[in-house]
Amino acid sequence: MAELQTRTEPVITVKNMVKKFGGFVANDNLNFEVFKGEIFGFLGANGAGKTTAIKILSGLSIPTSGEIKVAGFDVYTQTELIKRNIGYMSQKFSLYEDLTIKENFRFYAGVYRVPQKEIMPRMMDALAEVGLIKYKDRLISDLPLGWKQKLAFSIATFHNPGIVFLDEPTSGVDPVARRNFWEQIFKTVQKGTTVFVTTHYMDEAEYCNRVSIMDKGKIVALNSPNMLKAAYKVDNMFDLFLKIVR
Amino acid sequence: MIIAENISKSYQENQALKSVSFNINDGELFGFIGPDGAGKTSLFRIIASLLLPDCGSLKVFDYDVVKQYREIRQITGYMPGRFSLYTDLSVEENLDFFASVFGTTLKENYELIKDIYIQIEPFKDRLAGKLSGGMKQKLALSCALIHRPRILILDEPTTGVDAVSRKEFWELLDGLKARGITIIVSTPYMDEALLCDRVALIQEGNILSVDSPGNIIKNYNKKVYSIGSDNNYRLLTDLRAYPTVLHAFAFGQYLHYTDSNPELNINDLGTYLESRNHSNISLQVIEPGIEDIFIDLMETVKVN
Repeated sequence: MAELQTRTEPVITVKNMVKKFGGFVANDNLNFEVFKGEIFGFLGANGAGKTTAIKILSGLSIPTSGEIKVAGFDVYTQTELIKRNIGYMSQKFSLYEDLTIKENFRFYAGVYRVPQKEIMPRMMDALAEVGLIKYKDRLISDLPLGWKQKLAFSIATFHNPGIVFLDEPTSGVDPVARRNFWEQIFKTVQKGTTVFVTTHYMDEAEYCNRVSIMDKGKIVALNSPNMLKAAYKVDNMFDLFLKIVR
Repeated sequence: MIIAENISKSYQENQALKSVSFNINDGELFGFIGPDGAGKTSLFRIIASLLLPDCGSLKVFDYDVVKQYREIRQITGYMPGRFSLYTDLSVEENLDFFASVFGTTLKENYELIKDIYIQIEPFKDRLAGKLSGGMKQKLALSCALIHRPRILILDEPTTGVDAVSRKEFWELLDGLKARGITIIVSTPYMDEALLCDRVALIQEGNILSVDSPGNIIKNYNKKVYSIGSDNNYRLLTDLRAYPTVLHAFAFGQYLHYTDSNPELNINDLGTYLESRNHSNISLQVIEPGIEDIFIDLMETVKVN
């Protein structure tokens, strides 16, 4: 949304990343860096290889080759350290539907080893920020999707990770909830957190400091939205995406 | 013609549809635009005769959805929001199965689904569960069409689909519409509203407005300002603090702002933003989009 004033240090470094499944090359020699405090948009068509890359960057999958560091840790040998230092939220898996808001917070706090004494006060702060304190004993299954997404984000960042990965966080929610969600992202980056996000909403691509566009396993464009629009002579990110991917 | 009168549906204390009425004309491409939880899926299931309304009446080409569900199922193709084909059958087996249920064959209707099916035909021996998202969507559409329905009901066919595939999907719908098929579609993407003949904006079980996208925009009487500066996040906070603000929201590269004062002097707003130390301010009145109007309607409903 605002240009990054200065280049900060990289928190994700990807050099020559390749991931093959048998003969199929899902990630074909990817090269990029993501800087501290940046909102990095990771765009691409369905099946372009985004999810494969995110799985590697979040320590869930080992690449075939390449030199990749996330939060200073190696993706081959330090996956457990990576997992502890990042947050992850996807539209598919977010919260336990049959637990209450409070129980979900307690569960994740336990998984991420948040000190026992800090859990309650920090949960109350997080709930105050999204305006849901009085619903803390409600089951997740009883909440509207927009609330679930806000909560999933609060939980993904509850252990104060330096980097948070958001995989299509706003699919299907209403236009106001979508914007509220992005305001939550803006607030989080003000604190220095790095956000790595995928989306199919092209207006949301505009909110990123930089975006990369993947097509058939390769990164085919990477720059700030304004620079990309100028380079491809288009007015908006939707037209840019069509021009590059079609 | 589809005629719905005062349709209501509740699940325990949750009222999903609140006395909803509308008409859909033959051959129309009709969109239900609204977020998750608005009641779109309940409504579509009622139209497809898969769910009974608590009260109200709904007729599809003169057939009553409650009493004449058999006739309705012969003439409707329904593509649910969640992928509902047999994942352990191949592409071709799924099509054969749905064709045989309706007493027809793939061969007999090949020409109707050709434009869509041709794109997945190279994978016809692949299990449906092993297809990519875009291919699943095309198979589901082919299966919904295999019995030559007069009405096609598509529940959020493009949610989670990338921008290019979304565009291609709507081009396919245009082709089906040209064959005279009535299409009812729901979507959370406001830009897709513009591709419908008429749309119903739906929120929390109520239809807020039904009209052509052009008329909805033409009849909207608030001014929408597009505003940008070097720091849009701070700009958003400052605009929300302006005394006569109605709404301020991020819209891609700029913010969209509406004011409760129809006589607002744009220069006053500019001066205010300068006093808040914004630089490179751009400020102009723009034609509202469907998304602006939808947000305004949503916020108004909330206040009331």
